[in-house]
Amino acid sequence: MNIGSSLGSLRTELPGSTRDAVRLGTGLMDGFSLFDSPIGEVVVGFNIRGVSFVDLATDFDPDASLRKAVAATPPKGWEAKIDRAIERGRPGDLPVDLRSVTEFQRTVLEVAATIPFGEVRPYGWLADQIGNRGAVRAVGSTMAKNPVPLVIPCHRVVRSDGRIGNYSLGGADNKTALLGREGVDIERLATLAARRVRFLGSDTTHVFCLPTCSHARRISDAHLVELKSAEQGVAAGFRPCKVCRPA
Amino acid sequence: MVMEQLCDRLASDLDSAFDDLVGALGDDVYSGLKRMHGDDAADLTQETFIRAYRALGGYEPQRIKDLRLRGWIWTIALNLGRNHVRDRSRRPQPVELHDVHSIADPEPMDEALWQARLDALPAAQRRAVVLRHVVGLSYAEMSAALGRPEGTVKTDVSRGLTRLKKLIEEEA
Repeated sequence: MNIGSSLGSLRTELPGSTRDAVRLGTGLMDGFSLFDSPIGEVVVGFNIRGVSFVDLATDFDPDASLRKAVAATPPKGWEAKIDRAIERGRPGDLPVDLRSVTEFQRTVLEVAATIPFGEVRPYGWLADQIGNRGAVRAVGSTMAKNPVPLVIPCHRVVRSDGRIGNYSLGGADNKTALLGREGVDIERLATLAARRVRFLGSDTTHVFCLPTCSHARRISDAHLVELKSAEQGVAAGFRPCKVCRPA
Repeated sequence: MVMEQLCDRLASDLDSAFDDLVGALGDDVYSGLKRMHGDDAADLTQETFIRAYRALGGYEPQRIKDLRLRGWIWTIALNLGRNHVRDRSRRPQPVELHDVHSIADPEPMDEALWQARLDALPAAQRRAVVLRHVVGLSYAEMSAALGRPEGTVKTDVSRGLTRLKKLIEEEA
């Protein structure tokens, strides 16, 4: 008996499941799992670096996605974090993998991630925040390409003319539903926009805010001042709110 | 694939080349670890490659180009294996009541027999025999992976084979 060749025949192929586990563990492939959301069931993709995509379960096709993805269980402790992120509409302590977007888009998405629950910001505000006032269109297309809607709340970015704007996760109806659930008064925003009112100020504090800022919502009707521009506010002795940074 | 080419590709674009490293060396690592650690081989193989990926991410390109991949990957795998055995002996293993029935794919008789023979070898000889004859490493690669002189490694292999021969004779 040739011991060497007998031993050689003990070679075994690496199981496919182990190879996939390596791809997941290195972030070279995404796993995905189903989660509930306020607008129905969603597929959440993830790898060791973070959550990498969110899509409506009804729209999802694992073979059509840019990167390979397999059904998998999220890393330990992530399920609760994902549930929480979707519920609150912000990443919180959930890591997000934004490798699929450009550096510019990442910067915009990181700012969008800070918009609080129940508030909205115009596209132009985001462009302002990244120090590129002219980039409103690029901001809009970045929202459309947001790989992780719900987790990064692009539904809180709206048009400055009072219309709600598009939404990549199933269209404008879902955007309306999400904002309604957060208590955003969409009709009032449209009414203000129709009258060209952009900011709300208080004649006691002399601070002006974006209409949905939590500080603006606290102003009583008796002290509410409507402003059509930052210049008008400044001329009247107001300063911009440090929380919502309206201008 | 030639290992030097793979090194160059890993050095220039780790993410696009890494899956090919797993493709090139996955069977090697899994086969060897299976003979050394049985059912834990899949987990250990997974961990070996994840650590390799992390390590490569921190290396300068030139260092990656100069790597002897086969010996290097086994340095990681053997280290993990050693720690794994040590941890196991410290921690009592949970009893799995359903274990007997959950084995879906029993090993062919011949394989089980060879495994029993390998298990009968002293650890150093078993490691050496497996790396040389199951995995197919060169003595230079084994020396690098085990951190021992080539002469010592050769001795372990030949003593292991002698012992296997003796075991087989005793079976007859």
